[in-house]
Amino acid sequence: MSEDAVITVDDLSVSFGGPPLFRHVSFEVRRGEVFVILGGSGCGKSSLLKAMIGLIEPAHGTISLLGEQLADATGDARRALLRRLGVMWQSGALFGSMTLAENVELPIEEHTRLSRPARQAVARAKLGLVGLGDAQAKLPSEISGGMAKRAGIARAMALDPPILFLDEPSAGLDPVTSAGLDKLITDIARGTGTTFVVVTHELQSILAIGDRCIMLDKAARGMIAEGDPKELRDHSENPTVRAFFNREAPDSKEAPDRKAGA
Amino acid sequence: MPEATIRLEGDTLAFTGAIDVGAAERLWGDATSGAAKATSITLDKVTALDSIGAVMLLALDKPMSGAPPDIAEVLERNRRALEAAPPVKPEKELPALQALGAGAVAKVRSFGRTLAYIGEVTVTMLRAPFQRGGLRPAELMRHLDEAGLRAFPLTILLGTLIGVILAFQSSIPLKRFGAEIFVPNLVGISLLRELGPLMAAIIMSGRTGSAYAAELGTMVVNEEVDALRIMGVDAIAMLVLPRIIAACLAMPVLALVMDLTGLIGMTGVMAALGFPLVAVTSQLKQWLSLKDLLGGLLKAAVFGAAIGMIGCRAGLATARGPRAVGDAATGAVVGGIVAIIVLDGIFAILFYRLGL
Repeated sequence: MSEDAVITVDDLSVSFGGPPLFRHVSFEVRRGEVFVILGGSGCGKSSLLKAMIGLIEPAHGTISLLGEQLADATGDARRALLRRLGVMWQSGALFGSMTLAENVELPIEEHTRLSRPARQAVARAKLGLVGLGDAQAKLPSEISGGMAKRAGIARAMALDPPILFLDEPSAGLDPVTSAGLDKLITDIARGTGTTFVVVTHELQSILAIGDRCIMLDKAARGMIAEGDPKELRDHSENPTVRAFFNREAPDSKEAPDRKAGA
Repeated sequence: MPEATIRLEGDTLAFTGAIDVGAAERLWGDATSGAAKATSITLDKVTALDSIGAVMLLALDKPMSGAPPDIAEVLERNRRALEAAPPVKPEKELPALQALGAGAVAKVRSFGRTLAYIGEVTVTMLRAPFQRGGLRPAELMRHLDEAGLRAFPLTILLGTLIGVILAFQSSIPLKRFGAEIFVPNLVGISLLRELGPLMAAIIMSGRTGSAYAAELGTMVVNEEVDALRIMGVDAIAMLVLPRIIAACLAMPVLALVMDLTGLIGMTGVMAALGFPLVAVTSQLKQWLSLKDLLGGLLKAAVFGAAIGMIGCRAGLATARGPRAVGDAATGAVVGGIVAIIVLDGIFAILFYRLGL
C-alpha cells in the first residue's frame, strides 16, 4: 500500500446470489486524484461504487477508506467516516419535499452546530459554486436532470469531504453542461485537494478529468485495465480496452454527445 | 494544527490558525459581534481555510487583507460562488380575499375536470364493446383477481368478526326482554341490507382504490400515460375501464362473502347462547327475503364502480413531485369512503320511497 492511498480495495468480489458480477478487483485511489471507474453498461461500475461506500456487502475482499474499514466501523466512528464522504447519486437523489437550498443544508445541519443563517449562507455558496444560484428555492421536481446532478454535487460537497464519489455525473447531459461539469470537477480537485472517484462511460469526460482509471468488463467479470486513461487509449494491448477507447476516440470531436460502450 | 482564534486589535479583527468547520462552529457568533466593531479583517496568520470558514469570513462583509495566496484563492472561489447565489426573498402570499378566490376558482376547475372525466369514462365504456382493443379481457381478469379473489381472506375474517360482534352486542339489550331469538333477524337484516355492502366497500376502497391511484399515479409520473396517448392508445380504455369493471363486478361478490361469513359468525354466537341451528335458520327464512339480499348486492355494485372511478381519477390527476403519488392514494381512499356513505344515504332514501 502506497503512502498517499486514501482508498484501498483488495481482492473484491461482488455477487447478487448468482455468479459474481466481478471478482478479484484490487486497486488504490491516491490523495487528490480524479479516479475513474469505467466500462460498458452492466459491467458492475455502479455496484463497485456502492460496495466502496458500504451499501453492498461484498462477497469477498476488503475496502478501506481513509485507513478505516467502513464495514467494521460502528457508532461515532462510522458517523465520522461518513461525514468525510460525499456521494452524488446517478439522478441526484434529492429529497423531493425540500428546496435545493434545504437539501444542501441537510448534511450541514446533521453534522455541525452551525446556526441556521450560517447554514443557509454555506448552502448558498455551494449552490453558487455549481451554478445553481438562481434555483435555490426550487423543488427538485421543478428542475432538469442536469440541474439535479449539479445540486447533488453541491449537497455532496456541503461539508468539504476529502473524498467525493460521483455516479455517472455527465450521463444524459448536453455536451456544454457536461463539459462544464468536468471543469467543475477538475477545479474542485485542483483547488481543494479533494479526491474524486467517478463512475462514467462518457469517453470525453474520462479523458478530460481522469488522472487514473480502472476498467471493468462484463465478459471478463473483473478488472481488465488500470492506469492513465490517455496511456490506455494510446498503448493498451487489451483488445476490449482498445475497442472501448477507439470506437469513439478517432472522431470523438465530431460526436461529442455519443456514449461509448452504451 | 493550531487552534483557530480571533482577536480584535484596534479596529482590525485578526484571525489566526485553521479556519475550518470546527472553527466556524465556535467562532461564528464572536466573529459577527467582533466584526461589528471592526473596520477591517486581517488574515495574515491564517494557516488553512475550508469553504465553510470562507463563507463565515465573507458573511462578515468587511475588507480583508493579508491572506496568504492559497487562502486568498479559497476566499475568492467562495466569494464568486456567493455572488452567483444572492439570497432569495420568500414569495409573498396572496391576501386572504384573493387566496379565497383563487381557491374557489381551483375548486370549480377541478369539479369541471371531474365532470369531464366521468363523461369520458361513460362514453368510452359505451363505445368499448364495438371497438378493437376497447375491452381487454386479460387486463380485466388480472384486475378481477387483484380486486376480488385476493380480498377474500380479509373479507372472510372481517365478515365473521362483524357477525360475532353484532350478535353479541344485540343479544345484550334483547336478553332483557327475553327476545334473544330475534338476534338473527337483527343481524341478518342489518348485514344484508347495509353492513355487508358497506364494509366490503370500505375494504375495497382501502385495498383497491388506493392501489389504483398509486399504480396510475406512478404511471403518470413516469410519463407512461403520455406515452400511451402518443402511441394512439386510448388510455381510458386500456387503464381505467378494466379497473372500474373489475371493481364493479368484484364488489357484489365481496359483499356476498361478507354477508355469508357474517351470518356464520352470528350462528356461532347463537349456538354458544344455546340456540340450535334450526332455530337460527327458521328465523332467517321467516324474516329475510331475497329482496334484502339483492338490494344490498346492487348497492355493492354501484359502490364498486364509484370506488374504481374515484381511484382511477385520483391516479390520473396525479401532479408531479414526491408526495404526489401518496396524495393521490390518500385522495382515492378518502374520496371513495365519502362517496360510499353519500351513495348509501341516497340509496336509503330511494329504497324507502320505493317501499323496498
